[in-house]
Amino acid sequence: MFSGYTQLSIRILTSLPLPCSPSVPLVATVNLPTPPPYTRQPTETGLTPCLYCQPSRQNRCLAHPATTTCNQQRERLPVLVILRRDLGLPPVSTTLPRRSSRKRKPSSDHSASTGVNPPPRKKVDVSGAQRLKKAALPATPTTLGSTAMDSDDEFSGHSSMEGFEEDAFDSDMSDELVSDMEVDADAGFDSQDKIIKPGRKAYEVDYRVYSPAEIRAYQNDQINDVSRILEQPPEATAILLRHARWSKERLIESYMDNQEQVLEESGLGEDSAGPPRFQQIKGFVCEICCEDEEGMDTFAMKCGHRFCANCYKQYLAQKVKDEGEAAHIKCPGDGCNRIVDSKSVDLLVSTDLKDRYQTLLIRTYVDDKENLKWCPAPNCEYAIDCGVKPRELATVVPTVRCKCSHDWCFGCTLNDHQPAPCRLVRKWLKKCEDDSETANWISAHTKECPKCQSTIEKNGGCNHMTCRKCRHEFCWMCMGHWQEHGNSWYNCNRYEEKSGSEARDAQAKSRQSLERYLHYYNRYANHEQSARLDKDIYLKTEKKMTQLQSSSGMSWIEVQFLEGASQALQQCRQTLKWTYAFAYYLARNNQTEIFEDNQKDLEMAVENLSEMFEKPADQLKDLKGDMMDKTSYCNKRRIILLEVTAERLKQGESHRSDFGTSEANSRAGAWEFNTDLSA
Amino acid sequence: MSLPKRIIKETERLMAEPVPGISAVPHDDNLRYFNVTIDGPSQSPYEGGTFKLELFLPEDYPMTPPKVRFLTKIYHPNIDRLGRICLDVLKANWSPALQIRTILLSIQALLGAPNPDDPLANDVAQRWKEDQNAAIDTAKEWTAKYATA
Ligand SMILES: [Zn+2]
Ligand SMILES: [Zn+2]
Ligand SMILES: [Zn+2]
Ligand SMILES: [Zn+2]
Ligand SMILES: [Zn+2]
Ligand SMILES: [Zn+2]
Ligand SMILES: [Zn+2]
Repeated sequence: MFSGYTQLSIRILTSLPLPCSPSVPLVATVNLPTPPPYTRQPTETGLTPCLYCQPSRQNRCLAHPATTTCNQQRERLPVLVILRRDLGLPPVSTTLPRRSSRKRKPSSDHSASTGVNPPPRKKVDVSGAQRLKKAALPATPTTLGSTAMDSDDEFSGHSSMEGFEEDAFDSDMSDELVSDMEVDADAGFDSQDKIIKPGRKAYEVDYRVYSPAEIRAYQNDQINDVSRILEQPPEATAILLRHARWSKERLIESYMDNQEQVLEESGLGEDSAGPPRFQQIKGFVCEICCEDEEGMDTFAMKCGHRFCANCYKQYLAQKVKDEGEAAHIKCPGDGCNRIVDSKSVDLLVSTDLKDRYQTLLIRTYVDDKENLKWCPAPNCEYAIDCGVKPRELATVVPTVRCKCSHDWCFGCTLNDHQPAPCRLVRKWLKKCEDDSETANWISAHTKECPKCQSTIEKNGGCNHMTCRKCRHEFCWMCMGHWQEHGNSWYNCNRYEEKSGSEARDAQAKSRQSLERYLHYYNRYANHEQSARLDKDIYLKTEKKMTQLQSSSGMSWIEVQFLEGASQALQQCRQTLKWTYAFAYYLARNNQTEIFEDNQKDLEMAVENLSEMFEKPADQLKDLKGDMMDKTSYCNKRRIILLEVTAERLKQGESHRSDFGTSEANSRAGAWEFNTDLSA
Repeated sequence: MSLPKRIIKETERLMAEPVPGISAVPHDDNLRYFNVTIDGPSQSPYEGGTFKLELFLPEDYPMTPPKVRFLTKIYHPNIDRLGRICLDVLKANWSPALQIRTILLSIQALLGAPNPDDPLANDVAQRWKEDQNAAIDTAKEWTAKYATA
């Protein structure tokens, strides 16, 4: 019966550390396929902390120093899950006509209310999204890093999301795109010095995505170059370069200085000459297998450690297959440091292992180079070339997008965490881990309706909740009236610092700091969870769209706006999530308010879009235009937020030594943090 | 499964030309499993002791090194409580051209030259560095207690 209902765990509620109480029944107000109300016993203790109490509310708890009544027990009601649609309730937005009209003209309305003027539509939308796309384009395989790609190639790598964007924007952008391409296309492996170009968004970095074949080709080019200079065969040059960690200049210099020593240290010993080959030697006994058969193939490199071909083959197979070695396989002779070169490997290794050998070589190549990293997505085989250095990570967040469409941070290889810099992210994640016990209960999926105290379970990503019982509409995050959000979103994203008098009490203080942390953590976790739920709903909707397609005759292209909207939601929630970690560490001053305003605008745009996903699939067809507007508005708000944040972050550049610690940063217009992020 | 020529040759030679102070005898029912004894080197804290070890030749020997473990309790910075040995030729520096004989000689040499900077038994290594004389005394005591018949 309840196949469509995801049962969310409320087990964690039983271990709540805080004594605050309203223990009440669950009523969920989400649209789900199977509706019947059902009952479930409340949790063992029935305790639900009222962390969400607003300062203005009457019922306050022990967690909030100035309150008295919050810990009172309320009557337990049966747990109910009731679906909005089953109750015959109209879709949410139709009950709120005023908000709907807002949504239709998002840009004009919001630029007026936020104080941050969105740049002209063309510039923001296209340069942001398209530049990202451009950077993620496939390189031309044969002419790596040398020529610009033509525009046909350029459009071959589009995801449907990007296709959708194009649809939504003016078509005269393609010219500008092509000229941009030409400027940037020569950014290759060694482009470390030109990370941020003028004209680029402050939050973007230069990077390129490479396939294993492209990396191999580039590696070979490099080997051949140096091979000509050193007059060494390519196999030997490869070993020399690997030994020098691919620093061409350093290798050539030291080779010119002392050729013999460099060869010796790299495991090449004396000069190597002549192609590797098998030999038959009279009276030979293999030291490894003790065979002495007449006419047996034997092999030795220049070092002269000779073994039978079978043993040599077995030895290399063992190294490549079982030990995953490639670049540093030594001669099997005891104590010999000579490295087995790739030509010898070619002679001695079976075809299937040759592939693995090459793969392993490429792996060491990427591992050896500071400006190359593998995409961390599971099973993804692309690598990304980005020139951002570790020391720059205080002022730049190098988010890159792989061809597999995974967005990740080149600095720390975690998932995209813009606008927060890597060190802030590390600190925040550590804190969340340390505080997970405490934090757990807040991430519980249930809350009470602020009006009638029925408990609501959240199943969709939308934060606009309607209580099944009393039809009260409120915000899941701050529990405030939803109507007020429509106007100004008063303090939903902003943590109101408590007055100094309350802070005097030591216990109050520690609770307050916990409360402050939980304020941000809750919103951080909420966006993470909502992103997942948005995705779930999207997948369900997508299924319906496919059905709709066959019944209504809509084309595949016509339903792609849904995917575009879903991707925008995912990306914006990812950004929103990290804005809360960022805000947690921000020192409070007027900059903070600008940040919070931008955060609020993005959050509102996201919630408006998210809400549309809760509508029945058959209505979505008519909402296409509206949804596309909202999608584009979300993307726009995200770009503005990232832009403003990244610019200030960069201001910290000249004050790197005291990053995030001093007033110097503030004077320079850089972010001021309430914690030392240099540690 | 028949025994590789290499193992037969090595065993024959170990029997025919034994290394002084070292014995290695294969089990009757498993010719890849050897009972080993090593005499403590003279002028070492292990002098006078006879240490029992077990040695096993894995399936892909000699491409992979033999597995060796002390059975007799020994106080040594590179040998842990389970008798496992920290020795480069048993790990990264193994070469298929090495033999049981050479490995056992390396182990004997390790008894004569403990290396507390590359420890396996951290507590022992620590003591070896802080108070070498006391550590050597303990090693002698253990030798007398566990390694003499
Ligand atoms: Zn409370
Ligand atoms: Zn052989
Ligand atoms: Zn050799
Ligand atoms: Zn990838
Ligand atoms: Zn990072
Ligand atoms: Zn209610
Ligand atoms: Zn709210």
